[in-house]
Amino acid sequence: MANDARGALLRPPASRARSDRALAYLLLAPACALLLGLIAYPLLRAVWLSVHDVRLLQLGTATYVGGAQYLASWADPAFWIAVRQTVIWTVGVVGAQLVFGMCGALLLNKPFRGRAFWRGVALIPWASSSVLVALMWLWLLDSNYGVLNDVLRRLGLLHTAFAWLSEPRTALPAVMLAAIWQGTPFFAVMLLAGLQAIPEDLYEAARIDGGNAWAAFRYVTLPLLRPTILITTMLRTMWVANYMDLTFVMTGGGPGVATLTVPLYAYFAAYKRLAIGAGAAVAMQLAVVLAGAVLIYMRLLGSVEAAE
Amino acid sequence: MSPTLRNLPHRALLTVWLGLVILPYVWMLVTSLKDPRELYIFPVRYWPAHPTLAGFAQLFQSTPFPRYMLNSFVVATGTCVIALTAATAASYALSRLPMRGKRVLLFVFLATQLFPAILLVIPLFVIMRSLHLLNTYGSLILADAAFAVPFATWLMTGFFNALPRELDEAATIDGCGRLQAFRYVLLPLVAPGFAAAGTYIFLYSWNEFIYALTFTADTSARTIPVGLQTFMGEFIIRWDLLMAGGVITAVPVIVLFMVVQRELIAGLTAGAVKG
Repeated sequence: MANDARGALLRPPASRARSDRALAYLLLAPACALLLGLIAYPLLRAVWLSVHDVRLLQLGTATYVGGAQYLASWADPAFWIAVRQTVIWTVGVVGAQLVFGMCGALLLNKPFRGRAFWRGVALIPWASSSVLVALMWLWLLDSNYGVLNDVLRRLGLLHTAFAWLSEPRTALPAVMLAAIWQGTPFFAVMLLAGLQAIPEDLYEAARIDGGNAWAAFRYVTLPLLRPTILITTMLRTMWVANYMDLTFVMTGGGPGVATLTVPLYAYFAAYKRLAIGAGAAVAMQLAVVLAGAVLIYMRLLGSVEAAE
Repeated sequence: MSPTLRNLPHRALLTVWLGLVILPYVWMLVTSLKDPRELYIFPVRYWPAHPTLAGFAQLFQSTPFPRYMLNSFVVATGTCVIALTAATAASYALSRLPMRGKRVLLFVFLATQLFPAILLVIPLFVIMRSLHLLNTYGSLILADAAFAVPFATWLMTGFFNALPRELDEAATIDGCGRLQAFRYVLLPLVAPGFAAAGTYIFLYSWNEFIYALTFTADTSARTIPVGLQTFMGEFIIRWDLLMAGGVITAVPVIVLFMVVQRELIAGLTAGAVKG
């Protein structure tokens, strides 16, 4: 090995840099191959599928149909119901996660014994399978034996066996409740990290200036936490808008179309109506709208930051 | 006011908040220990008078659950081996080797996380079908690995960057080649990051639902999440069995996660705080 090292030292720097660069590409190759083969290529394939009529049972035959599958989705009333519900779902779930996550972050930010341990415990729902979360909440929301109804009955607020997930009016809020529960701890831990980066002397200064706890929150915490809030909210919005596991397991989009969201609509198009191309066309629209939302959001964020 | 008393409102609210996070898990555990006769009585009985492991026994003896566990284990382990190898190599290069466009590459890596799963699952299904990989471990391992690699790479790059470059330089001067310096100096030091990234990959694969649902057709490759979901349709809902299955799904996740939670949280939050 000593020879090697001497070789490395004696070799002119240019050739060493070249061999290092070659090594870099070699080491990046497996990761890039995975991403190119299993994400980039399928992405192109999705574009292709969205303009071809492909049936699940005859994948061999594809007919070019142009934008027909896009137009067909717009003509379906269920699609627009799914769009509306996706907006309600995304805004409601992310909004509630932000509020409850902020509560959790503020509570966890105050030192107490075993804090690091409990912060980890709080994140367990993030590390749990979506199917597990769906199962737990199906059971909690059960009309006869569920904890929620039992508590409401004991409080005298409910007198019947109310089936939250079978009522069109309450089904979507009930699934949203499960999603809010699952994602709130993640929000809390992200915001907590932001809180811990705020220097303590700023709060000291606020206290000396005679500010109360609310003033400290309003004029110190919120402005300094803003970047964390904005970036976490954006990432969560993308994720929640695409998240279909809970609705799939808990209600299957029903009753009727009461909990149908766009990703679920796309999935059913592909695997229930067996129209792979039509499903891809709907999924493409979801991806494009979300990507557009991110770009606008970053632009707005950039101009606000520049103005300040 | 004594400090204990002053802290009381904080403690109370904190307990409620953490309680709401944990209680559904506790309820799952309690339910899994109940006898069906105790499960379906009205009003709800919160503590089982006769706790029993009969649900677990039945789950193992008369359902395909053990097979699902094996499948999940094989898929998650396979994903771990592939994704961790790719992520470690990539993160070493991103942290230590000269090349152009590192930031762009890392950004592209992370941007893949934002694609809707539904957009990729449809073409991937077609691709897996033409490769004759449907209903095999291979389809799940490959798809899960591709999805887990970006975050695992990001996590490991952070850990490599935290190690001073002087370390590798010292090793090189001592006569180590790059690969030896990596193997004997850097790798032991990034072990916590390695463990965190490995756990993240394992959990991702263990929990993944949509690909497993779409790519598997029967018990031969079906993983636990899909297995649990099909239980709901196949049996008249047996909540004691479902909850027993849930407990078995959750336990390895919770144990693994708690072991590496500090490192994993550090990696998770690193991006958001910097903005």
